[in-house]
Amino acid sequence: MRRVYLEHGGAPGEARIENESRRRFLQGAAGLTLAVYLPGAVGKAAIRTASTSFEPNAFVSIGSDNSVTVFAKHLEMGQGSYTGLATIVAEELDADWAQVRVEGAPADAKRYNNLLWGPAQGTGGSTAIANSWEQLRKAGASARAMLVAAAAQQWKVPADEITVSNGVVAHATSKRRANFGQLAAAAASQTVPAEVALKDPKDFKLVGKHAPRKDSLGKTTGKAIFTQDIHLPGMLTAVVAHPPRFGARVTSFDATKAKAVKGVVAVVQIPTGVAVLAKNTWSAKQGRDALSVEWDEATAFRIGSDEIMTRYRELAKTPGAIARKDGDPDSALAGAAQKIEASFEFPYLAHAAMEPMNCVVRLNKDGTCELWNGEQMHTADQGRVAALFGIAPEKVTIHSLYAGGGFGRRANKDSDYVLEAASIVKASGLNVPVKMVWLREDDMQAGYYRPMFHHSLQAALDAQGNPVAWKHRLVGQSIILGSPFEAFLIKDGIDAVSVEGASTLPYQIPNLLVDLHTPKDIGVPVLWWRSVGSTHTAFSTEIVIDELAVAAKKDPVDFRLGLLSKHPRHAGVLKLAAEKAGWGTPLPAGKPGERRGRGVAVHESFHSFVAEVAEVTVKPDGSFSVDRVVAAVDCGVAVNPDVIKAQVEGSVGFALSAVLYGRITLKEGVVEQSNFHDYQQISISEMPKVEVHIVPSGEKPTGIGEPAVPPLAPAVANAIAAATGKRLRSLPIETELLKA
Amino acid sequence: MITINVNGKNMRVDSDPDTPLLWALRDDLHLTGTKYGCGVSLCGACVVHVDGKPVRSCTTALSTVVGKKVTTIEGVDADRIGKAVQAAWQKLDVVQCGYCQSGQIMSAVALLKTNRKPSDADIDAAMGRNICRCATYVRIRAAIHEAARSLA
Ligand code: FES
Ligand code: FES
Repeated sequence: MRRVYLEHGGAPGEARIENESRRRFLQGAAGLTLAVYLPGAVGKAAIRTASTSFEPNAFVSIGSDNSVTVFAKHLEMGQGSYTGLATIVAEELDADWAQVRVEGAPADAKRYNNLLWGPAQGTGGSTAIANSWEQLRKAGASARAMLVAAAAQQWKVPADEITVSNGVVAHATSKRRANFGQLAAAAASQTVPAEVALKDPKDFKLVGKHAPRKDSLGKTTGKAIFTQDIHLPGMLTAVVAHPPRFGARVTSFDATKAKAVKGVVAVVQIPTGVAVLAKNTWSAKQGRDALSVEWDEATAFRIGSDEIMTRYRELAKTPGAIARKDGDPDSALAGAAQKIEASFEFPYLAHAAMEPMNCVVRLNKDGTCELWNGEQMHTADQGRVAALFGIAPEKVTIHSLYAGGGFGRRANKDSDYVLEAASIVKASGLNVPVKMVWLREDDMQAGYYRPMFHHSLQAALDAQGNPVAWKHRLVGQSIILGSPFEAFLIKDGIDAVSVEGASTLPYQIPNLLVDLHTPKDIGVPVLWWRSVGSTHTAFSTEIVIDELAVAAKKDPVDFRLGLLSKHPRHAGVLKLAAEKAGWGTPLPAGKPGERRGRGVAVHESFHSFVAEVAEVTVKPDGSFSVDRVVAAVDCGVAVNPDVIKAQVEGSVGFALSAVLYGRITLKEGVVEQSNFHDYQQISISEMPKVEVHIVPSGEKPTGIGEPAVPPLAPAVANAIAAATGKRLRSLPIETELLKA
Repeated sequence: MITINVNGKNMRVDSDPDTPLLWALRDDLHLTGTKYGCGVSLCGACVVHVDGKPVRSCTTALSTVVGKKVTTIEGVDADRIGKAVQAAWQKLDVVQCGYCQSGQIMSAVALLKTNRKPSDADIDAAMGRNICRCATYVRIRAAIHEAARSLA
């Protein structure tokens, strides 16, 4: 049987045909695989010329057409993973960047697991580059060694006299040269080297230099394929009626009107609602809108977000489970010269990726199943879908496509939308592929939000202005509870991601307490949202440290540096951002009536360090603009500096939407927002100028998809405080508070 | 059956006249470069040109484009400005997830068709209703200036 793989960046309708045996070969072989692309024809698909490929390992394939294909085990959702992963392989392989293409790897817990997650394949926690760095360097270097060995054998020259550069293998004395394609077949019969030498970083030609994105062409011509774009023969599109409240179930439904809609083929009940299957999306949507469904809300969650916050405020009055305790904070507070007390409130946030959740599922006659998805949790989704259909996990093939954003949403801890799509196929019994699409309203109201949080902080200075006490209490739902990560991330009742950034406060303060309440009776599904716990902990901690600096009559940068002697990487980015931003020099004045200010924040998340300096202008009516953000980042070796820069720019804008507008509210359990009119995003006119400076580093590379998000909100709030004297306590920022 | 002209070709579409152009393009014609983001004219992911002007295909009924020329991201390179904008986008690596970018490019091309040297304020006005959740706005602005330069 042949399978069709949609190729990223290829024209729609274009497909690559692979012989099934190739994958079997791959599965059976630990190291070396010879794979054969067979020509064939399916529909109007364009077929590549037959070629022999050399696949020294699971990550790279070299075709006799001289193409180098890198198999990316991680999702490309905008963060540049395909480009970054390919850069690493191409570097050690000494490939020409132009010959490199990238393809999403299928689900495979053994070959494609995230090395930081154990036997699970998935993307998250800014780990894509961090866990792949050594693995892909070795993959590239092994392939290179085998190409060299093949050339040495063919040319009868010593291997150590052969050079490889820009995709050309050469032997100077004999003047022999060959490209990778010419050597691919011979390389395939070489032994996989047990050990390979990796390059000295000073010889890097791509890492740390400019390697253009691999997805730019497809994404600027409309040819890049997302889940939403899949069309399979006989496929139906499904739109689902979901319950109005979390935890409600279908009692009964009347599909008469829905079935009368032209194009509607079937209406089926599934565990999460009622699905309308139609020949196209518009018919499915109209069918869904014409449905009438009775919901059983006996076990539904019926509480509003205001009431939830009221409960959190009450909880915050009592001690929680201790996440960190140093010294004796209570006595230190009692004896302190100056005290600061503040509480902070954070709303639920929807991810609102530009591509709403969707998934294509096909159950084949031979009992196998295929998913087309912007896949972020490969093996977990594979396992759950397999269980639903009662088949073995390896019978579920995942075609990993680009995702139109994710911000955490596609890494669903319960495989929610993927299972919903599979459930529709199961319930329909129609034996046709189904594309389930969520409309924007479905996506926004389906839950799995960044949890609401309440923080209360007390901090104190001694008579010399040194911080002596810090007490930080957090209240909010656990993301990890009930997820596959529970065993790793919950210890002694503390969900590590609820307190990350708070319990890891880097500042040297002798008496410190961080405690946590984890309410378990809130039925709103919660999930990691780009930078997770740091979305709220960076805000409260960096505002209070700033207030301490002001109370101590010290410069906020110097004050922080004085407390960071054991954290040189925090200090490094802080100094660099301050210097580049002109910290300490006066800001140009605004127009009459405008108040201007500069603020700073520094935060570590996912082992990367980011400091940001924000400049704001506050108008008399309280509205404000963020005019300029200067960021300094230390994420170890900068694999692709331009992608890092882009991620920081994007993170600043993403974080600013949450600062200005982000808020999901519930009224009696019903989500009040539905689309971009009431869950607003910043537009181009609100985007600040962003300058990004990268700290040169020889440390192992760490992620940059998330770490530039957390410092933005506190830097802006501190800048507003500098401009207006008003300290902000909650997000999104209420401009009413800032009226002159 | 309704016949519409898309990217210079007449195409037959088996949809009701009040079907949004977006779904006819995507589901009937498999021109999937035009994206769905909100369905109600709020995000700009679905922008196409009708007789050279930017419209939101999610709220444009199929019947209203009969006899007019529809251009989508797949056909925008037929024109010099379209090519220049795509080239600028590629040169500056504007895209992240890419999902909004067809709409961004179509809006940018429409802007440059009427204004060969847009100021930052012109860009804000023309692009203000195209949301990018990845916030690639810094580079969108730079790429529009870059395309304007290359066309000068
Ligand atoms: S899909 Fe048309 S404007 Fe959003
Ligand atoms: S590039 Fe992702 S929404 Fe714009």
